[in-house]
Amino acid sequence: MSAGFHFSDPKRARDLGDAIRILAPPDPFKIVHVCGTHEMAITRNGLRRFLPETVDLLEGPGCPVCVTPAGHIDMAIAMAEAGAIVCSFGDMMRVPGSERSLDGARSAGCDVRTILSAADAVEIAAREDREVVFFAVGFETTTPMTAAVFLDGPPENLSVLVSHKQVPQAMGALLDLPESRIGAYLAPGHVSTIIGTAGYSSWLEDRAIPIVVGGFEPLDILYAIALILRQHRDGAPEVENGYPRAVSSEGNPAALSLIDAVFETADVGWRGIGTIPNSGYRLRPEFEKYDARMRFTLELPEERGEIPGCRCPEILTARAVPTDCPLFSTRCTPLSPVGPCMVGSEGACSIWFRYGGRESL
Amino acid sequence: MTAIVDYNGVRTTARLDALSEEVAPGDYVLIHTGFAIRRLSAQDGEETLRLFDELSRSIGVDSSVGDDAGETGPTSPDNPSDAT
Repeated sequence: MSAGFHFSDPKRARDLGDAIRILAPPDPFKIVHVCGTHEMAITRNGLRRFLPETVDLLEGPGCPVCVTPAGHIDMAIAMAEAGAIVCSFGDMMRVPGSERSLDGARSAGCDVRTILSAADAVEIAAREDREVVFFAVGFETTTPMTAAVFLDGPPENLSVLVSHKQVPQAMGALLDLPESRIGAYLAPGHVSTIIGTAGYSSWLEDRAIPIVVGGFEPLDILYAIALILRQHRDGAPEVENGYPRAVSSEGNPAALSLIDAVFETADVGWRGIGTIPNSGYRLRPEFEKYDARMRFTLELPEERGEIPGCRCPEILTARAVPTDCPLFSTRCTPLSPVGPCMVGSEGACSIWFRYGGRESL
Repeated sequence: MTAIVDYNGVRTTARLDALSEEVAPGDYVLIHTGFAIRRLSAQDGEETLRLFDELSRSIGVDSSVGDDAGETGPTSPDNPSDAT
């Protein structure tokens, strides 16, 4: 594009890089982000080279398909085996369940379809006579779309397997894990478009660490890191908006009311972390008729969350980086992934494999 | 309610029921999985660049951003599609 805003312009990047260097903390300081799109922008643009020696920047549980528990994938597969058309986003297809992935089920003859939007599931259901299950994954950015579809009164043969998750609660839970040593959060831009900066306050207000919302262009990320380091230097941690062109304090009321109309908050499991209180959703009683789990009697394999040798649980909790894992780029590659972080296009391992990790930058 | 949106030359439909702002033809919107979630304005884009410079200056970076540092104009102020 010839015209437009240059959110990657080198002069400003150098200035923000200088600011980050001036603000470098004397002691080791770990910044965690929770968004695959952030990791993509950081790694693809080589932004870690702007960081002082003392600063580490890691992806935590920022890949929605990576944190989807194997047991939910098992349920989706069992629904497909029971004759339903199972639809989900492309990244979900290859994530391993306990015995196999949705892709594996498709190879075995099940009708599993990739969609780009919750609205696509409605169109499929309208065309087909069979039961259609929408396997709904994603954070607060994606939950309103699932809600909108079911609020619209979709075809009767459409149901939903709800696996949506809420980011601030996971951010809080991560702080309490042993060895987490998280100094600050770079908060996700488009989740924050929905929940606003207010969405973090209630869950993280008493945590006394910098939480800065960042956008996705290289300059946005450098800016947010500089804001984090300034808060740290000044000893004044707070929730700060580094992405005001897309994020307000109250968020997106229309999207929030869609979520609230259809879902209520529930305790849910995160792969690699375990159950986090209030970190997900279930359908409100008046929408339970769309609950896929009520429509099928399922025979499920024993849930196998752990994958031998795979360090995804530590990577998803920002306690390791992909190159810490002995399987990374040896036994585990995007063509032949072992763990979920190598499958999801927003997974840290997949991104580091594609663009090179810290060592090569 | 839906709108036709153009993303780097690709035309597609986006639903507007998760959007809190009014939009008109020609506006820029942030799209997530087929739904517009926020209207973006050129002024907010310019304001962002100003914030970047202000921070650099406040930290003591000798910033002298000239006109060549970035055109501003009413094109897509962001990568509006893929995000978490």
